[in-house]
Amino acid sequence: MGALQDTIFYVLSFLSLYLQVFLLITFLDRKEDILIRRKPIKLKHYPSVTIIVPCYNEQGTIRKTVRSLLNLDYPMDKLDIVLVDDGSTDGTFTVLKSFSDIKNIRVIQKENGGKHTAINLGLELTKTELVGGLDSDSFVHKEALKRIVSYFTDKETMAVCPSIIVHEPKNFLQKAQKAEYDMSIYTKKMLAFLGGIHVTPGPFSIFRKSVFDTLGPYTKAHNTEDQEIALRMHYAGYKIEHCPDAYVYTITPNTLPKLYRQRLRWLYGFIRNAVDYRKLWLRPKYGTVGILTLPFGMVSLWSLLFLFTFLLIQIIDFVKSKILKVQAVGWEQGAGVGFEWFYMKTGATIFILIAIYSLVTFGLLIGRRMSGERMRLKASDIYFVLVYRLFAPLWIMKAMWNSVWSKESSWTNERKVK
Amino acid sequence: MQGATGKRYIFVFIITLAIFVFAIWLSENISNRKIQQLNSIQESIAINILSSETQFALLSELSCKDVSASTLSGELNTLSEKIDFSEKNLGNEAEIIQLKKYYSLLEIKDYLLMQKITERCDQKLFSILYFYTTATNCSECVKQSFVLTSLREKYPELRVYSFDYNLDLSALDALVAIFKIEDTKLPALIIGDTKTTGFRSIEEIEEMLPELVKIREEREAAALEAETADSATTAKLIGE
Repeated sequence: MGALQDTIFYVLSFLSLYLQVFLLITFLDRKEDILIRRKPIKLKHYPSVTIIVPCYNEQGTIRKTVRSLLNLDYPMDKLDIVLVDDGSTDGTFTVLKSFSDIKNIRVIQKENGGKHTAINLGLELTKTELVGGLDSDSFVHKEALKRIVSYFTDKETMAVCPSIIVHEPKNFLQKAQKAEYDMSIYTKKMLAFLGGIHVTPGPFSIFRKSVFDTLGPYTKAHNTEDQEIALRMHYAGYKIEHCPDAYVYTITPNTLPKLYRQRLRWLYGFIRNAVDYRKLWLRPKYGTVGILTLPFGMVSLWSLLFLFTFLLIQIIDFVKSKILKVQAVGWEQGAGVGFEWFYMKTGATIFILIAIYSLVTFGLLIGRRMSGERMRLKASDIYFVLVYRLFAPLWIMKAMWNSVWSKESSWTNERKVK
Repeated sequence: MQGATGKRYIFVFIITLAIFVFAIWLSENISNRKIQQLNSIQESIAINILSSETQFALLSELSCKDVSASTLSGELNTLSEKIDFSEKNLGNEAEIIQLKKYYSLLEIKDYLLMQKITERCDQKLFSILYFYTTATNCSECVKQSFVLTSLREKYPELRVYSFDYNLDLSALDALVAIFKIEDTKLPALIIGDTKTTGFRSIEEIEEMLPELVKIREEREAAALEAETADSATTAKLIGE
């Protein structure tokens, strides 16, 4: 490696390792406070809740989404469900109408205006103490709402995020995402302990209604309104919690183009929102989100890009040398030297990468445990490494490029590919 | 506002730094062990060469039958591969260059000794001197190295001495001067008394060393004969 390449590697890997150690130390310090309830619970008080479901061309999954809400173990007279059709062009509205007879469900149709406009319309109709959304490609666990609501006994808590789990992963892309989602349960809980959650995800994050009354409704926010509202809350000094045992199952993209578009939107939104909220950056007043989450989020993007480039150079060198060998002596291979410890690569970079990957694996295992699964690695976890090593740089580079030129990637566009 | 305290940021920094320092220390430690291993291989080769030289000096006037071409070339080859790997993968540049110089000297000594044995004792020894460069991106040199490695595997009798043209070593400079090697015409090979420049394929080199090919053919024929005799004996035994 050249000196410049070395320096970049050491700086980026130091920062990546720093973040992982930070999460580990937080885990060791607070592991007793991670609440995982396996049995149904009873609450002393059931606050009224509205769940808004924005839909755009989701006729395939919306029925299951609404049924999961109706199946929640929560007093139905305390639960309002608002289904908003954001100008779907398929049969979504017909499906929604079939639910309109149910007492606590309200169905609204509007012209297409983007996800945030659909939720905002629902917010206008909300009269309850708590409010949340549920994306129309997600389903909730029976106990999820009660478990989330139990966190609101803390008067300071203004929003609570659930744990999102990949619904029935089938192909290798979905299995790769499963490992990623499991790991993010761990990351999210640790960030919650530190007060550093930077996104209150669309599927089933629950807020006090007063958040919107005080801070205003959702904004377009580069099509990632769920990131912007979290940053706005941090700016106002609000506390965001994570309820690890509130499970929400979501359907994840099953083809590369769909995944690409989703990630492009997320990352583009992350970069633009992080820039919009630069006033949070490195300011101790705003806590962990400005010191750890946003800066290290950016660092991880560069790290992935660098690792990709690094890998690409190695692959090219290897192929080049193979081609030269074939040109020189043909396809016939020699006996080879066999294994000898002398030829093992033992540079410092190898040991640093081992340390980082061990901590990442640890996070994955703990996340899996929190999701209610057994604490073990699966063969398919290797897809996670492959997909993120090989493909993530594509959407990272594109998101960075678009951020510079302010090219938006839309929510409705993403759904058209289905 | 909840969040981590400044103390925690510093604490985590110290732990991260400790992991970093440990990784670097571990890597250095292993590199040093590898270099030690190279050193000890070189020491043993040096002793072997010195011993052969002494043996030769003692016996050459009397008889040639006790002088054997030493079995060093194999050891020299593994050493060459290891130095090559170390140059690409270990950090300690200065130390590796020292090792490389020492290795080149050992090669020259071995080459001279073999020349003497060939002259006085009429033993058939085959050697190739190979000059390459690491200063420029010489893909022809990489290809030539593959060819020579393959040839060494095919002909155990062949001794290949490879020299990095850019190594700053006076003995090597002398060798370069004797054979009039130019850095613009690398890779260069000295096969017997002939000098060639540019990439040479296996077939081209084999053409220049017909006796070597003959020895291999004879050896293979002998092996085949022994095998046939063996199976004939087995057949006879079964027949009885």
